[in-house]
Amino acid sequence: MNNTNTTNDWLFEITPKNKFFSLNLKEVWQYRDLLFLFVKRDVITVYKQTVLGPLWYLIQPLFTAITFTIIFNNVAGINTGNVPPFLFNLAGITVWNYFTACLNGTSDTFKANAGIFGKVYFPRIITPLSVVISNLIKFGIQFFIFIAFYCYYYIQGKDLSLNGSVFLFPVLILVMGFLGLGLGMFISSLVTKYRDFSYLIGFGIQLLMYLSAVMYPMELIKQKLPGYGWIVEYNPLAYIIETSRYMLLNVGEISILGLCYTTIITIAVFFLGLLVFNKTEKSFIDTV
Amino acid sequence: MEKDIILKAENISKQYRLGQVGTGTLSHDLNRWWHQVRGKEDPYLKIGDTNDRSTKAVSEYVWALQDINFEVERGQVLGIIGKNGAGKSTLLKILSKVTAPTTGSIKSRGRIASLLEVGTGFHGEMTGRENIFLNGAILGMTKKEIASKLDEIIEFSGCERYIDTPVKRYSSGMTVRLAFAVAAFLEPEILVIDEVLAVGDAEFQKKAIGKMQDISKGQGRTVLFVSHNMAAVKSLCNKGIILEHGKVVFEGDIENAVSYYLGGDPEAMNLKTFGKEHDFPIFKLDEISLNNPGRTSHELLQEKEVITLTTKLDLKVKDAERYHITYHLYNEMGEAMFSFSNAGSFSLETGVNNISCDFPASFFQSGQYFLSLFIIEDSRQLLFTESDIISFTVVDSGRELGTYMGREPGYIKPQFQWKNNIEK
Repeated sequence: MNNTNTTNDWLFEITPKNKFFSLNLKEVWQYRDLLFLFVKRDVITVYKQTVLGPLWYLIQPLFTAITFTIIFNNVAGINTGNVPPFLFNLAGITVWNYFTACLNGTSDTFKANAGIFGKVYFPRIITPLSVVISNLIKFGIQFFIFIAFYCYYYIQGKDLSLNGSVFLFPVLILVMGFLGLGLGMFISSLVTKYRDFSYLIGFGIQLLMYLSAVMYPMELIKQKLPGYGWIVEYNPLAYIIETSRYMLLNVGEISILGLCYTTIITIAVFFLGLLVFNKTEKSFIDTV
Repeated sequence: MEKDIILKAENISKQYRLGQVGTGTLSHDLNRWWHQVRGKEDPYLKIGDTNDRSTKAVSEYVWALQDINFEVERGQVLGIIGKNGAGKSTLLKILSKVTAPTTGSIKSRGRIASLLEVGTGFHGEMTGRENIFLNGAILGMTKKEIASKLDEIIEFSGCERYIDTPVKRYSSGMTVRLAFAVAAFLEPEILVIDEVLAVGDAEFQKKAIGKMQDISKGQGRTVLFVSHNMAAVKSLCNKGIILEHGKVVFEGDIENAVSYYLGGDPEAMNLKTFGKEHDFPIFKLDEISLNNPGRTSHELLQEKEVITLTTKLDLKVKDAERYHITYHLYNEMGEAMFSFSNAGSFSLETGVNNISCDFPASFFQSGQYFLSLFIIEDSRQLLFTESDIISFTVVDSGRELGTYMGREPGYIKPQFQWKNNIEK
């Protein structure tokens, strides 16, 4: 006899609370096609109905780099050593852009997707993941322009050399992606209840850029502002930017201690973000 | 045989906070957290009103759902009925994992997919074809599954011509068709459907209902169906639960559920007994009732059956043939529709008369009607009148699946003599 009433072979159970950390990788894997389609949607729809199309991906970093070069190098006189200031800035901005794009994109997850989250279930983490991946593609395109200028300056006879550690560059980008994702998930969860955070993030990113050694070498701040240099030294992002320039342009310094610190912070932030995200995703629709 | 339970809801409750989320949120959160740290119960779970939109709230928190328990068997089509704000959508949201219940749990043996609102996640800049893939993936299909059904989906939607056009250029009807087409080819064990019939033209409604019938009857899948369209609910579902103020007030056979739901309206009573105030020297009005033959007047009046109006009138005078009764019929808008009388049919007699009048089957459209009674002497003198002496409600009967489920216009649908002389 088929006595199904007493057995406990339930496929799943919907309960009030999630387990502490439930990064349900199996479920995410089931929805991998959705992840892929979200990435595709993000990439192909951004510049639809524009004349310049994907060129916009390139225009923004180029003009920012030009502006930075004029203001910080020509006017303020920051010395970038052997490296042409423009290339120095372009490297910093390209890497920094990836971080801000991840953070901006994910910190809006719940609010921006309330409509769709309110109607259908899929693992919510798919959305921030798709942001990080689609921005990686954007980063790839922007990095290409960096390589183009690198070659240009090289042919011009500038004294440029890659550092041997450049093969670790993808790892660095990955760490950065995770830092942006973790922080973004954390903030997106808080935004569902306290909108204050979405205002904070707007100017917070701007301020953070100045503390992340984007347009100056880390060494410089220690020299010029010995009393406040620690602010930059405690910023994990500064190490990422500084290290990526070290790898790509062989300028500045590499701090193993700083990188370990950055990695630990990234892991901590990522898991904290995941924890809060999990807690929020179950009932955010009631408060958003 | 043992019941094969595919879905089981146990003590589901959902609490919402009323008013603006903002002031006091932080203090409540901190208080809640402080209780949690000390291992105490959430202080805000104890308070809360029942979900009744018409009464003024006493507490800031409200229970949108309270202690909901039900079971669904495999292959069953469960209709969830309730007035606006009874908690239907909240229940569906919990079932489809959009929001978590405050307490209780739902156990399931099958994948649940919801059709809460079709067209979720459509991106206007993408073409119909791209959107089929995106929407399908959002609803839980894999790319392979969608690709294998793509042709069927496109055909069902009837948008072949525009399939490579961005969806933002579509008419709203086309968008809905495309979205429903994607959802119709989902293959979850449990399908949750909310008000899909509210959209689309008659032809598409037919298609949609037919598809839902296929899903539930043909493929033996379990469906949870929420709708205000009683005709559709009756035709599709075999079990119903009624929600009222966030609680289940009825669970059972769909016929009974619909009757309970509509009969819950006190004005739908089809029987009125009169007392002393209707006792006059010449006559005494005892009772007016309406019923379908073979049913009592406590049951709902079915539109497809004969409806009998019975007036119990005690005439105390000898010359009873001098009197007759007339009714005026009004619709729910208060518009007079017609008047009818026993004059000319037969004469009344001294003593208790049970005067009955049969309305043919399928005469009334579903809706509420009011009758005014006139008792007349010698065909000219008004002896007694009372407006709205009784009201009655005629309900949709179940219809053939695949036919139009909406309400036809107007109030009556007389059966005229149609003829067709074919020229040869």
